[in-house]
Amino acid sequence: MRLKLGHTGIIPRLGRALLWGIPLAFVGIFFFLPLGKILWMAFESTLTTQRTLFSPAKIIGPLWFTTWQAVLSTLLTLLLGLPAAYLFARYTFKGKNLLKVLTTIPFILPTVVAAAGFNALLGPRGLLNLGLMNLFNLSTPPITFMNTLAAILVVHVFYNTTIVIRVVGSAWSQLDMRWEHSARVLGATRWQTLREVTLPLLRPSLLAAALLVFLFDFTSFGVILLVGGPQFSSLETAIYQQVFSMLNLPLAGLLSVVQLTCTFLITLLYTQINGSRSIPLMPHLNGEGLRSAKTHAEKLLLSGMTTLLFLLLSLPLLAMVVRSFLRLGADRGEYGQVKIGFTLQYYRQLFINSNQSIFYVPPAQAALNSLFYAAVTVILSILLGLLATYAITRSPHRAHWLNTLITLPLGASAVTLGLGFLVTFNTPPFDPQSFPLLIPIAHTLVAMPFVVRTVQPVLASIPDSLRNAASVLGASRWQVWREVELPIIGRAVLVGAIFSFTISLGEFGATSFLARPDRPTLPIAIARYLSMPGDLNYGQALAMSTLLMLVCALSIFLLEHIHLPGISEI
Amino acid sequence: MSENHRLSLHEITKNYEGKPLLNGISFEVNSGEVLCLLGRSGSGKSTLLRIIAGIENADSGSVLWDDEDLSGTPTHLRHFGLMFQDYALFPHRNVAENVAFGLRMQKIDSAEIDRRVLAALEQVNMVKFGDRRVTDLSGGEQQRVALARALAPAPRLLMLDEPLAALDRALREQLQQELREVLQRTGIPAIYVTHDQEEALALGDRMALLNEGQIVQIGSPDVFYRWPKNLWVAQFLAMENVFSGQVVKTVPLQVQTAIGLLHASTASGSNLTSGDQVTLVITPAADFTLLNGEQINLVKGVCRDCLFMGEYYQITLSLQGGQNFVFRSNHAVNKGVEIPFCLPVENVICLK
Repeated sequence: MRLKLGHTGIIPRLGRALLWGIPLAFVGIFFFLPLGKILWMAFESTLTTQRTLFSPAKIIGPLWFTTWQAVLSTLLTLLLGLPAAYLFARYTFKGKNLLKVLTTIPFILPTVVAAAGFNALLGPRGLLNLGLMNLFNLSTPPITFMNTLAAILVVHVFYNTTIVIRVVGSAWSQLDMRWEHSARVLGATRWQTLREVTLPLLRPSLLAAALLVFLFDFTSFGVILLVGGPQFSSLETAIYQQVFSMLNLPLAGLLSVVQLTCTFLITLLYTQINGSRSIPLMPHLNGEGLRSAKTHAEKLLLSGMTTLLFLLLSLPLLAMVVRSFLRLGADRGEYGQVKIGFTLQYYRQLFINSNQSIFYVPPAQAALNSLFYAAVTVILSILLGLLATYAITRSPHRAHWLNTLITLPLGASAVTLGLGFLVTFNTPPFDPQSFPLLIPIAHTLVAMPFVVRTVQPVLASIPDSLRNAASVLGASRWQVWREVELPIIGRAVLVGAIFSFTISLGEFGATSFLARPDRPTLPIAIARYLSMPGDLNYGQALAMSTLLMLVCALSIFLLEHIHLPGISEI
Repeated sequence: MSENHRLSLHEITKNYEGKPLLNGISFEVNSGEVLCLLGRSGSGKSTLLRIIAGIENADSGSVLWDDEDLSGTPTHLRHFGLMFQDYALFPHRNVAENVAFGLRMQKIDSAEIDRRVLAALEQVNMVKFGDRRVTDLSGGEQQRVALARALAPAPRLLMLDEPLAALDRALREQLQQELREVLQRTGIPAIYVTHDQEEALALGDRMALLNEGQIVQIGSPDVFYRWPKNLWVAQFLAMENVFSGQVVKTVPLQVQTAIGLLHASTASGSNLTSGDQVTLVITPAADFTLLNGEQINLVKGVCRDCLFMGEYYQITLSLQGGQNFVFRSNHAVNKGVEIPFCLPVENVICLK
């Protein structure tokens, strides 16, 4: 009898087919089918429908706006992010750890919460305006921030500076100082050293960060819709408007195709650059440690930048929390003069449907809906993600394209995903009206790649000798999995689960297409309350955002404190 | 080098995280001279080089070129060359571009740059490698390019930070020879940092031994071996034969040890008196077994081990009192045989 040892023999043929088949079928039905529907719809409509529906302006306008706001946002993000990356890579300073924690927040903070935060700080009913109105006895808010281009740009910078700091900062900190020292000794000034040595060596990471930021700004939906308002029409918000205001699905499809083509090209460029990281940072020289600021100029730059970052990252969220406890009682007959007091009313009323309408539910119900969808998302994405992970690890030579197929839904925007579901699953019982599970399914498409990316390196790092040793010691296949593999990948699975949970909880784009009015998720409810008049609605939106933020903060805390074996950082 | 120049350090002090890393370092290096800075890792050698280059600032003390204080001169205007252990070649530039870097910074016109790059590469036998990527070079080739890059701008001082440490032994010995030739040919004053005493002996006109932030001994290599200043120096130089004893008589110096009464030498100025507890260090000699009729310091030991080392035999003797004595000899000795040998007075150094 031949002893079959090692992982090749553990799963029989049928099992292996299922490993591959189930995740592929899922992605096929819920991603490629809807995508095909959109493409077909767009293609068909250009042939058959009357051309007046498609005046090119309706496509070129949003495309142009999307592009230039993304370019501008990216430039501003680099302007703030590069000096910050330099400081993080080269200096020790007070509050660095706190700032590090703050920079992780935008990774996982839902767009509605960011929108609510900036609204609570700078909006017409926000803290700053209230303060100024009180101070100078004004009857109208002096600062106009919401629904301006500036708001879009600032929130994009808020979100993406972190990417520049992480990507460029980590490359910069790995750049050995001796290259710079060599240049200096050879007669280069500081400026020449930066231009001739540092920047060329950082170029791959610089380009990667810039493209990634551009991609996020280009596909931004929630930010433009919620802080930019209706007068700004990007590809994403135009799709939404065509579906829900104009009821023009073919044009939405066409916009989607344009959007997909653009993101595809950007992603292609990104992988090209990332794949050909042309400069191997060979002999990894020993770093020389971080220094603290010595000269006046250094100290000034350091304190200025850290203050700016600290304010940008924390103020909106702090304002949101504070504002969610503030009651405005306007004295009757006295214009402008508003009395501000402490209240718990917004939190108490979360369980009450104050609008008395069947289309509105108490916020607590929305939270329950969100938790339910998030739980389903976790189960689905862990199951499917583990199957895919095993499939990839078992046959590394075919892993590349399976990995690509699973990751592709991340490249399509959430709005495209939502539109695809709408046009594909439009007959009962599988339409959004009667099949609410479409929402967690859409969330799973986004969450599953994260599970694979987290678990796969850990699984791959388990040497075969470990499994063989267990087998030789008498463990069955099942026991090998339970006693050896599961304990090792366990924490990675947990990280994947937390990721999935948080993604689902905050997802706005796809959900806004799929959620029934009487069954909203928390982000949908927040966006709705935020847009309604009335102090109670506003306060409740902020109260919900605060709770959502706390859950996300807890997730970040857990993610930061779960150490994965074999991989350094996510 | 027609003109004579001089780098001098005065009382350089540097603290690192509250602890003194360099503590009052002073020395000079003159044109046409190679000073080897010898010390264990962590002794502050590299930091000292960075201070001379101006990459780091000393907490106190000064760096002078001739008589000009360099404290206000930024790194890029000092015209010094510095070669790192891992070479720090710019990975985004090819061999010729690396060598040309320093020349370009001086805004020299391109024809002249080409000429001098070629000359620099010629000096290290790397002319054919001009358009190769530095990442494709072997360790020895990278080392040569790094040397060419440091030499091309004709620096007025060259500093080398363990330039051969990353190479294997055969290559190290070959490059040591090449380095020696290049340094002698150019006549640029050089500071050569190493932890390997053989390298220091091969390259240095003078040696400075650094320990715990201070220069323990400085001078020509032969003096180190003739007159190690203290026990630490002797042990750093791998002098293993050490005996403790008590001074019996000062003129001539005689010391009572476990192996008998030994006649010893001492550096001038060391004021010993009878009864002092001292340490005797036996400095290396060609062969202690060649008895030339002298009967002074005659010792006997039983051979415990005799290793053939290629050019010599390494013999371990067991002396009376159980202590070992290890030395080189031209003759093999059978194990278990008792042999007499003689410690010349000039090889028996008395240290307090």
